[in-house]
Amino acid sequence: MATATELSIPQLLDPMPCVVRAVNRETHDTITLEVEPAEPYHFEPGQITMVYKHGVGEIPISISSDPDRHDRISQTVRGVGAVSKAIIASHPGDVLGIRGPFGVGWPIDQAEGGDVAIIGGGIGLAPLRSIVYRVLNRRDRFGAVVILVGARTPKDIVFAEELREWGSRFDIDVNVTVDTADRGWHGPVGVVTNMIPRAPWDSSKVTAFVCGPEVMMRFTARALREDDVPMDKVYVTMERNMQCGVGLCGHCQWGSHFVCREGPVFRYDTVAELFRIRGV
Amino acid sequence: MVRPVVELDREGIDRLIAQLGDSGFTVIAPTLSDGTISHGPISSSQDLPVGWTEVQDAGTYRLTRREDDALFGYAVGPHSWKRFLHPPEVVVWQGDGGMTPLDLAPPPRYAFFGVRPCEMAAISIQDKVFLDSGFSDDVYRSRRTDAFIVEVECYEPGGTCFCASMGTGPGAVEGADLVVSEILDDEHRFVVRAGSDAGEEVLAALGAAEAETDVIAAAEQVVADAAARMGRTLDTDGLRAALTAQAQSERWDEIAARCLTCANCTMACPTCFCAGIDDSLSLDGAVATRTRRWDSCFGLEFSYIHGGSLRTSAASRYRQWITHKLSTWWDQFGSSGCVGCGRCITWCPVGIDITAEATAMLAEARSEEAS
Ligand SMILES: Cc1cc2nc3c(=O)[nH]c(=O)nc-3n(C[C@H](O)[C@H](O)[C@H](O)COP(=O)(O)OP(=O)(O)OC[C@H]3O[C@@H](n4cnc5c(N)ncnc54)[C@H](O)[C@@H]3O)c2cc1C
Ligand code: SF4
Ligand code: SF4
Ligand code: FES
Repeated sequence: MATATELSIPQLLDPMPCVVRAVNRETHDTITLEVEPAEPYHFEPGQITMVYKHGVGEIPISISSDPDRHDRISQTVRGVGAVSKAIIASHPGDVLGIRGPFGVGWPIDQAEGGDVAIIGGGIGLAPLRSIVYRVLNRRDRFGAVVILVGARTPKDIVFAEELREWGSRFDIDVNVTVDTADRGWHGPVGVVTNMIPRAPWDSSKVTAFVCGPEVMMRFTARALREDDVPMDKVYVTMERNMQCGVGLCGHCQWGSHFVCREGPVFRYDTVAELFRIRGV
Repeated sequence: MVRPVVELDREGIDRLIAQLGDSGFTVIAPTLSDGTISHGPISSSQDLPVGWTEVQDAGTYRLTRREDDALFGYAVGPHSWKRFLHPPEVVVWQGDGGMTPLDLAPPPRYAFFGVRPCEMAAISIQDKVFLDSGFSDDVYRSRRTDAFIVEVECYEPGGTCFCASMGTGPGAVEGADLVVSEILDDEHRFVVRAGSDAGEEVLAALGAAEAETDVIAAAEQVVADAAARMGRTLDTDGLRAALTAQAQSERWDEIAARCLTCANCTMACPTCFCAGIDDSLSLDGAVATRTRRWDSCFGLEFSYIHGGSLRTSAASRYRQWITHKLSTWWDQFGSSGCVGCGRCITWCPVGIDITAEATAMLAEARSEEAS
C-alpha cells in the first residue's frame, strides 16, 4: 500500500486559463496570438505548450516569444485542421487553456562565444524566433548571427516584418528564400539549403538551430556537414503526435525517446540513426 | 525486517476477505464471467472460480473443471488489473469556458485479491510510468496509493506463460501487502505472508496462527515445481540490442502479413499504458469534458500528424510494439516492458507469439553478427 511514490511535482494536466490579448495575422493561414497567462510564465526557447480550445481540443504549439518576458507569451499557429483552425479564430478577450511549458529547449548557452546559425522552414521559424530574442538580449555574448529562412512562396513567410527589421541591423544577417517566387519577389529562389555554403559563419565555431519539416532538417544537416559544421553542434526539433506533453500518453515516442520530454530539441548526431529508419 | 507468516484454512481466507470489506475496501478478485476468468467484486471465497482452470495456447482459451476445490488453480485471463488503476475510459478534466475545473468523483478504495506475481510486476512497472518518471498522474495515483494488494503465487502456469524467463514469477515478487500461497495436499491450506506494514496490521487483526516451517517449505516447493512447468520460455540474452539492430529487417513484413493490427495485444497487456484524449462539449456549450481512453500503437491514427500518419505500414506498427516492450522500455524505465503473462499470445486472433517473434529476431541478429 505504501509502494506508490508520493511526488511533490505539480500536476501538469490542468489547462491554465490565459486571456488572448492580441491576434496578429502573419500569413493567409497563420496568426500569432499574444496571451496573458494567469501567473508569470517562465520558459526556455524551443519549449512547447499544449494549447486547449474549450471543448474542441488541444494541440502542441511552440512558444515563439521573448523568453525574457514573463507577463505575456506568444504562440504562432498555422490553421491546418480542426483544433488549429479553432485556435486561430480566437479574438482578444477569449480564454485559451495552456499547459506546460514542456520539453527541452535549444541549448543557446552552448553557442556563446561562437557564431549562431538559425535555419527555419515554413512555420518551423516559430520556435526559432525565441532564440533570436534571447540572442539579441545578450548580443555581446555571440559572434556572427545568421538567419536562413525558407518558405514555399513569398505569401508564406511568417514574421516577415520582424525579418525585415532584423535584416536592417548590422549585427544580424538575414536571408530568405522561396521555393516559388511571385512577381514582387526580388530575393533568392530555391531551397534553404542552397544558402548554407555561402553563409557568413565560421564552420568551426558555429552552432546551428534547425526547425522545419523532417526532410528539410535532414537535408539541412547534410548541407551543414558538407560545410564542415560538426554534427554535435547541430540541433533539430522533432514533430510527433502529442496528447499529454508529460510522457504518459505514449504517442510521441520516437525510438526510445519521448519527444515531449527529451525533445522536441535533439542534438543531431544523437538521433541521426533514427532519421534513417522509416516509420520509427 | 522479518514480517509475520501465518497459516490459514479456507475459512480463514473468508475471514480475510470479510475483514478487507469491513475496512472499507471494494474487494476485487478473479471471477468467472463470459466464459473466462476475469475480475469482479467478491464477498467470500465462494465468488472465486473455485475448482476451475483453463487451457491456453496461441489464439486459444478454454475453461475446464479441476478435480479439486482449488481457489487459485488457473493463470491469468484476458483482463489485467490495469483496468482499475488506469481505467479504459476516464474523465480527466471537466471545466467551463473560463477553464475553471469542476470537481470529479473520487475513485473507490480497492483491495485486489489474487494478483499474480507477473501482475504485481506489471503494476510496479506502471507505477514507474505513471508516478516515477517526472510527472505524477492524478488518475493513477488516486487509485494506486490506497490500493491494498493480495498477491497469490502460481502453481498452475498457463500454456502461454513465460514469467520464469522474465524474472517475474511464479513465486511472489516485491510490492504486495500480503502474499498468499495455496497448498493442495491432503489438507487445503494457505500460507500468508505480510509484505508491508498495512499487510501486517491486517494479519494482526485476523489473529491467525504462525505458519510452521514445514508448511512454509511445502509452499516453496509448489512454486519451484511450477517454474519447471512454464508453457513457454524466452531467451532474453542480447534481445534488447537485437531488436533495435534489426529495425530494417525484412522479417517485419513477414509478421505484418499475419498481424491484423487489431490491437488486442495492447489492450490485454498489463503494462501497455498508451492513451489518447477526447474532447467533448455539453449541449449548451458550457461544460467541456476531457476523456482519456486507452489507445494502441497498432492504430493508424496513433502516429498521425498533420499531413499523415508516420507509421503507415503494419510492419512499422508491430515493430514499434515489440521493440517498445522488449527493448526501448529498458532505456525509458530501466526494466523490460514485458512480464511474460502470455496474454498477447492467447488473445491474438491469429496466434502471433511474442516469444517466437522475438526469438526469430534474436536468431537473425546473432547470425548477422556472426557472418
Ligand atoms: C513539438 C511540436 C511543436 C509544434 N509547434 C507548432 C507551432 O509552433 N505552430 C503550429 O502551427 N504548429 C505547431 N505544431 C504542429 C501542430 O501541433 C499541428 O499542426 C496540430 O496538432 C494540428 O492539429 P489540428 O487538430 O488542427 O489538425 P488535424 O489534422 O485535424 O489533427 C487532428 C489531431 O492530430 C494530432 N496532430 C495533427 N497534426 C499534428 C502535429 N503536427 N503534431 C502533433 N500532433 C498532431 C493532434 O492531436 C490533432 O488534434 C507543433 C507540433 C509539435 C509536435
Ligand atoms: S507483452 Fe504480452 S506477455 Fe508481455 S506482459 Fe504484455 S501481454 Fe504479457
Ligand atoms: S499481434 Fe495479434 S493481437 Fe496484436 S495487433 Fe497483431 S493480430 Fe492483433
Ligand atoms: S506527448 Fe504524451 S508521451 Fe509525449
